[in-house]
Amino acid sequence: MKNVIGLVLGVAFGLILVKAEVLSWFRIQEMFAFQSFHMYGIIGSAVVVGALSVFIIRRSGAKSLDGNPIELKDKAPNHIAAYAGGTLFGLGWAMTGACPGPLYALVGSGTTVMLLAILSGILGVYVYGAVRDRLPH
Amino acid sequence: MNAFVEWASQPWPWYIAGPIIGLMVPLHLLLLNRTFGVSSSFRHTCAALVPNSLPFFDYDWKAESWNLLFVLGIMIGAFLAAAFFSTGEAIALSDAAVARMQELGLTDLSGQHPKELFGWNQLTQGKTLLMVLGGGFLVGFGTRYAGGCTSGHAIMGLSHFQWPSLIAVLGFFTGGLLVSWGLLPLLLS
Repeated sequence: MKNVIGLVLGVAFGLILVKAEVLSWFRIQEMFAFQSFHMYGIIGSAVVVGALSVFIIRRSGAKSLDGNPIELKDKAPNHIAAYAGGTLFGLGWAMTGACPGPLYALVGSGTTVMLLAILSGILGVYVYGAVRDRLPH
Repeated sequence: MNAFVEWASQPWPWYIAGPIIGLMVPLHLLLLNRTFGVSSSFRHTCAALVPNSLPFFDYDWKAESWNLLFVLGIMIGAFLAAAFFSTGEAIALSDAAVARMQELGLTDLSGQHPKELFGWNQLTQGKTLLMVLGGGFLVGFGTRYAGGCTSGHAIMGLSHFQWPSLIAVLGFFTGGLLVSWGLLPLLLS
């Protein structure tokens, strides 16, 4: 059941990423040059809707579909890792013009060369797994 | 029917697209009891392909298989949007962005991305290799080190006021600005 829900949510998200032009390298460069409100509007309004939803879910004590209380764990308080990892990710985001969601969306929408970026990203995660004990967190 | 197709093919403004993306947060919580995030799929793939090779990948990835179907869904949804609900017209960049792209020597602004950089035929160029393979590697390594990407940190994390997520977003922009203002002019012009 979870797999079916995941697939359906993914199809919706993929459609949105194309319709919103979030998968465009040009849009990402425009964002990092502060030359348009488009990307800021998308991320900002998404956070507003997300935060309101979390507030309502917590207030109402809503349960998930399987009847369990909703688990919302805090992110690990690894501030060095968040900044250092975030910076490395930011470099990659601006180079590929895509964060992970848009990378998959690019492959689906026909820019299949981005399959190589995904494979390289998976390799990057593997290398992180190998060296993480030696990195500051 | 044609009028519908034309209407459905228009790109969405931010105030439509952003709130709908925001709904991914409650939909994940209510339907899956999981937090919204895409980059974990890279880790699950490692855990599935090379189990027990490293402690970081020694966990029950099958409990998170929904996330792998989620990213499969992204590809399907993007295919459907591009094939049936797209005008194929150039992206309506701001005038300033168009001018900057031309300054960088990018003349073909007709697609989602510069065709002279991203394509199988362009892989013979060093800059393409660097941006696709190097960029992809950094996306993977960086997200896992930071503990999330744009969806997991910027949208999901900020939605429940996580300090690490705000710090990560500052990092995203540190890296992005370095490439945008340092590396790109160096590589392209």
